[in-house]
Amino acid sequence: MAAYLVKRILGIIPILVVASLIVFFMLQLTPGDPVLLLAGERATPERIERITAEWGLDQPLYVQYFAFAGRIIQGDFGQSITRNRPVSDLLKTSLPITLELSLAALFVSMVIGVPAGIISAVRHGSLIDQAALFGSLIGVSIPAFWFGILLMLAFAVRMPILPTSGYGTFAQLILPAVALGTAGAARISRVMRSSMLEVMQQDYIRTARAKGLSEKIVIYKHGLRNALLPVITIMGLSLGWLLAGSVALEMVFARPGMGQLLVRGILMRDYPVVQGMLIFLVICVVVANLVADILIAMANPRIKFD
Amino acid sequence: MFSKRKSAYVGLVIILGFIVIALFAPWIAPHDYRVQDRSSIMESPSLEYPLGTDRVGRCLLSRIIYGARISLTVGLVSVGIGASLGLLIGSISGYMGGWVDRVIMGFVDIVWSFPTMLLAIALTAILQPGLQSVIIALGLVSWPEYARIIRSQFLAVKQKEFVEAARSVGASDFRIIKNHLLPNSIAPIIVVGTLGMATAVLVEATFSYLGLGAQPPEPSWGSILSMGKDFIYHQPLMSIAPGLAIMIMVLGFNLFGDAIRDIMDPRLKN
Repeated sequence: MAAYLVKRILGIIPILVVASLIVFFMLQLTPGDPVLLLAGERATPERIERITAEWGLDQPLYVQYFAFAGRIIQGDFGQSITRNRPVSDLLKTSLPITLELSLAALFVSMVIGVPAGIISAVRHGSLIDQAALFGSLIGVSIPAFWFGILLMLAFAVRMPILPTSGYGTFAQLILPAVALGTAGAARISRVMRSSMLEVMQQDYIRTARAKGLSEKIVIYKHGLRNALLPVITIMGLSLGWLLAGSVALEMVFARPGMGQLLVRGILMRDYPVVQGMLIFLVICVVVANLVADILIAMANPRIKFD
Repeated sequence: MFSKRKSAYVGLVIILGFIVIALFAPWIAPHDYRVQDRSSIMESPSLEYPLGTDRVGRCLLSRIIYGARISLTVGLVSVGIGASLGLLIGSISGYMGGWVDRVIMGFVDIVWSFPTMLLAIALTAILQPGLQSVIIALGLVSWPEYARIIRSQFLAVKQKEFVEAARSVGASDFRIIKNHLLPNSIAPIIVVGTLGMATAVLVEATFSYLGLGAQPPEPSWGSILSMGKDFIYHQPLMSIAPGLAIMIMVLGFNLFGDAIRDIMDPRLKN
């Protein structure tokens, strides 16, 4: 187990290296002088000189990369051009906002997706199963941000019971979390359904039925416990997917999270902010997937740790 | 629901419907999507403007009809780029084997475990916002899936007797790949490509909504929604209609792709 953990944690290093390379080369590949991209187009000569020295921009590329990597490891992403604050400050305020939305959406998608998948599988082929299947098909075909706009139209504009935007209160969290979570529920219910269907065909289920256990105990004690394993994996993947999906919903509901900072940063050419948000969002997604992998390894003793 | 065959047909009809709309947009649309009618700004639906007009007096229905062109073009070109790249890289990997295969697959694994949406946003930031950037970004993030399929098909087919036979009569490597290996890998590629179209349409709409994709006056469904949200109190149709168009098109590709996959692979039948 310890060896597996170490191996799995080491496995994320190449991903982080590639992420840092992409973010680093973003400055080189983007049209324009990297110094001006970092310092802002209206920067004073002193500021340009300072940034050049600070980031080693007069050095060879590989020296620049290692200087860059060294700085981001210490959490130093430089200074935002448009907001005149260190990017690390912006990260500190925006990270909880994004995590809150992603976790709330994960909760919504589990609460809808898991029961829907179970009922679908248990009543396989029934009307309710077909309705759930159709619902999940619609769910994966709807753009989450548009569903958010529809919810806003219904529950904030037509029937003004919830706020349209902002961050801080529980009421402001509901609409974006439901919009994002419903899209996630569609994926989770699909996985839950097929996993449950597969488990219900196993020999141990037949054994449980043969020894005369009630259908309820067979389904919930023997079936569900085994069928939940893939759901842990999909939970980790979903969290990653929800984190990325929160970018659009933060724009719809004007939540000042990492996604909103990222998009505004791109539109306003505030590259230090873009770099910081991208690296951090990637780290969040990769860590979510890692945690899911570790959880599934702990939950399923049959997985070999090699 | 309906049988797999039926849902494949429904999906196909939706897809063909949008292709017809896109191709014949100038004849179907009641107005030019760029023309600003200053005398009818933010109008409610009427006979002349069936879905009303936007902030600068452009016909909403006409913009949505022309928007089908953008969605389909972005989907087709980006899937084309992704599939060609994947085809090339996967073929090299599967055919060469050995260390070349290991290096390529290691790289595929890294790109694979990257959050797709974030990678696409990063690429768009490098290339500068615009439809071209979205197309290139989508192509560059989607190739690993095709590469994996092609490679595994190659590994499976490589050992078969007909390839052995082709080689023994002196066929060149290129000829073997072109005539014997590729035809066997085409079917799963079509499935992934169709589902990839669904993803591409969704991502394009999202990016254009965020301002990273289509730039004005291009009538992308995502950008119409973005303007619509600003007028959500006065002109709710502008927040509803383009989204419906996105949903129906994506549904068409999903229905068709899912059904084709299940028809081709009976083991996946539930």
